[in-house]
Amino acid sequence: MAFKDGHFPACALPLKSLLVFSQCPFEIMRLVVVLAVLMGVSGIPDVTISPPTASADTSAHPNSIPETADESEQMEGAEEDVMATGELNPNHYPARRAAQVVQHYLNTRYGSPFRLIGVQTVHSGNAEDVTDSRRKYQLELSVNDIISNTTQTCSAELSFTKGKGQQPPEVKASCEELLKIDIKAQEEALYQKYKTSQTLMSAQYLPDSHGHIKPDMEPFWHLGILASSFIMLNESTENTLYNVAQVANITQLTTEEDHLEFDCHTLLHEMVSQEIIHWKMLFTWSPAEGVKVLQMKRLPHRHEREKSPKTN
Amino acid sequence: MCISLLGFPGISKADQYRQGLYFHKETMLNCLGMSFVLLLSAVGAATVERAQYDYYKYHPMSEITSWMEQMVKDHPDVVTVVKYGKTYESRDISLLKIGLNTGKEKKAIWVDCGIHAREWIAPAFCQYFVREILQTYKTDAKMEEMMKNVDFYVTPVLNIDGYIYTWENETTRLWRKNRSPGPEDCACYGTDLNRNFDANWGTVGVSFDCCSNTYPGTKPASEPEAKAVTEFVGSRKDIFLCFLTIHSYGQLILVPYGHPNYTAPNYDELMMVGKGAAEAVWKVHGMNYTVGASPDVLYANSGSSRDWARMQGIPLTFTFELRDNGTYGFKLPEDQIQPTCEEAYSGALHIITYAHDKTFSGAVANAAVTLWSILLAAGVTGATLM
Repeated sequence: MAFKDGHFPACALPLKSLLVFSQCPFEIMRLVVVLAVLMGVSGIPDVTISPPTASADTSAHPNSIPETADESEQMEGAEEDVMATGELNPNHYPARRAAQVVQHYLNTRYGSPFRLIGVQTVHSGNAEDVTDSRRKYQLELSVNDIISNTTQTCSAELSFTKGKGQQPPEVKASCEELLKIDIKAQEEALYQKYKTSQTLMSAQYLPDSHGHIKPDMEPFWHLGILASSFIMLNESTENTLYNVAQVANITQLTTEEDHLEFDCHTLLHEMVSQEIIHWKMLFTWSPAEGVKVLQMKRLPHRHEREKSPKTN
Repeated sequence: MCISLLGFPGISKADQYRQGLYFHKETMLNCLGMSFVLLLSAVGAATVERAQYDYYKYHPMSEITSWMEQMVKDHPDVVTVVKYGKTYESRDISLLKIGLNTGKEKKAIWVDCGIHAREWIAPAFCQYFVREILQTYKTDAKMEEMMKNVDFYVTPVLNIDGYIYTWENETTRLWRKNRSPGPEDCACYGTDLNRNFDANWGTVGVSFDCCSNTYPGTKPASEPEAKAVTEFVGSRKDIFLCFLTIHSYGQLILVPYGHPNYTAPNYDELMMVGKGAAEAVWKVHGMNYTVGASPDVLYANSGSSRDWARMQGIPLTFTFELRDNGTYGFKLPEDQIQPTCEEAYSGALHIITYAHDKTFSGAVANAAVTLWSILLAAGVTGATLM
């Protein structure tokens, strides 16, 4: 807004002059509008005048003295002993680990080269100490057949023993709906093909480093997982979470019996320790009998970790 | 070809014409022009082919290194390579610094991948992330704004020695740690880098058996890879708004701390933002990612890069555990790279946007309020003067 003589008021000058409203009301109005727009765009924040502090909070650094002062105790297992009891949070690890045990159990019971079971969701769970050495879990969970992608809700009960003389967990679960997926024809076809074949099959590294498996080898990958499920079930505790990392080798053996027989080397991944554990198994499979593990043996496998002997 | 159109010396034009050898100048120019265009397209096609990096395959380290150099060549105004350390086997540890150059010191976002060698989907994600932000900032106003206000520091592979080792053959594929020899009397290689950071080091979730996969090293940041991050981020900690570290597998978004006795002061905020990220992930392909502190949803641990970053005061620090849930585990098939990266990008972007907006929209509001207060204060004094 120019004065009569054509020049503009000094509205960019000292603050005091800004507030001489009579001289430059429109400049003030413009500033007010700009500020109003800014406030509108960013919302009226719950603001203090101090500039934002990107967490200069000293409380970010926790106390250096932990609540449990016993440093000499091997901390790895200590906090695990204080296990959740009563209603379980389905997202927390006690329920998730228990559900994984149910998965291994279901695969030993219902698994097939054409039916592989995985946990989808844990809905609810409950845990209680039955005795000094036994804990019982109850779970409601959804499982699915990974191959046909059908889902079923199941209930399961497990009990773990702890302390000395650790036993495999006992599992009771009924997911009969899974049996309704009809795979008989595929199972018979697979059985006949490899029963009557002139050559014995053998496959390695299922999956390979890039996650690939040849389609006609997939049933053997599944068989390796199923056989491993017996081991994973036996080895599971409340402090473990097992998956099959790889079927390193699966080789068919000759047999006169009414089943196929395999020698198998699998690598299990145990999540809590992050270790890869090698197992060798001898197992059989037929459509009628499913998987039966005849022998299993844990392999010590350090060589890829070990340094070469020092030469000087 | 076009040279012949210039005419044949030694033969008169009249004769050339008669012999059908004389061509009009325009035709000759057309010919040259066409050839030039053809040449350009050939070069262009070659350039385009070279630039068609396959983000949906796993790449060995040499290809990732070349790709980083190519990113700088393709986007010289926005991308630089920063070398910030050396691995045990003396390889350069590098990151891509990505952002619009404003000439001022900017706030920053940190993303690292491949602390654990066998988690191949993680470096794949970092490469996808870089491609994505470089593609979208030109057309997406929000990303452009973020590129102006912050710099992205992305380390595609931190544990380079370990990653290279996993590519040697099928028997080395499941290696996790780095490749340092550890203490003299140790029969095995490697320290777990994600137990080696100075954050409640050596307390929980570790084993002091040096052959163990959770061996935390001889002391905090004993490993050159952990030391590199500690020094680089540590000397700039005030600029970082957000620190994301990418792993697999498990489909989790983990918040600090890994020690069950400590809770981050902004735990509620971390959980809220984490759950927002998980929802963003789910919207892409329907995959469920569980959100929580590690001791609740996975296991207790100590010495992680995430915990260390949070302790430095970086407010929003998360670990992503990408696909899958154990079916393929570390060996995620290549046909899952794309959907995994897409959903993880969505989740990461949610966190990054929150971190950015908290600082930058908030600053706008604060400036506005400051101006208002000055106005009002002066208005009071002005009124009395008048």
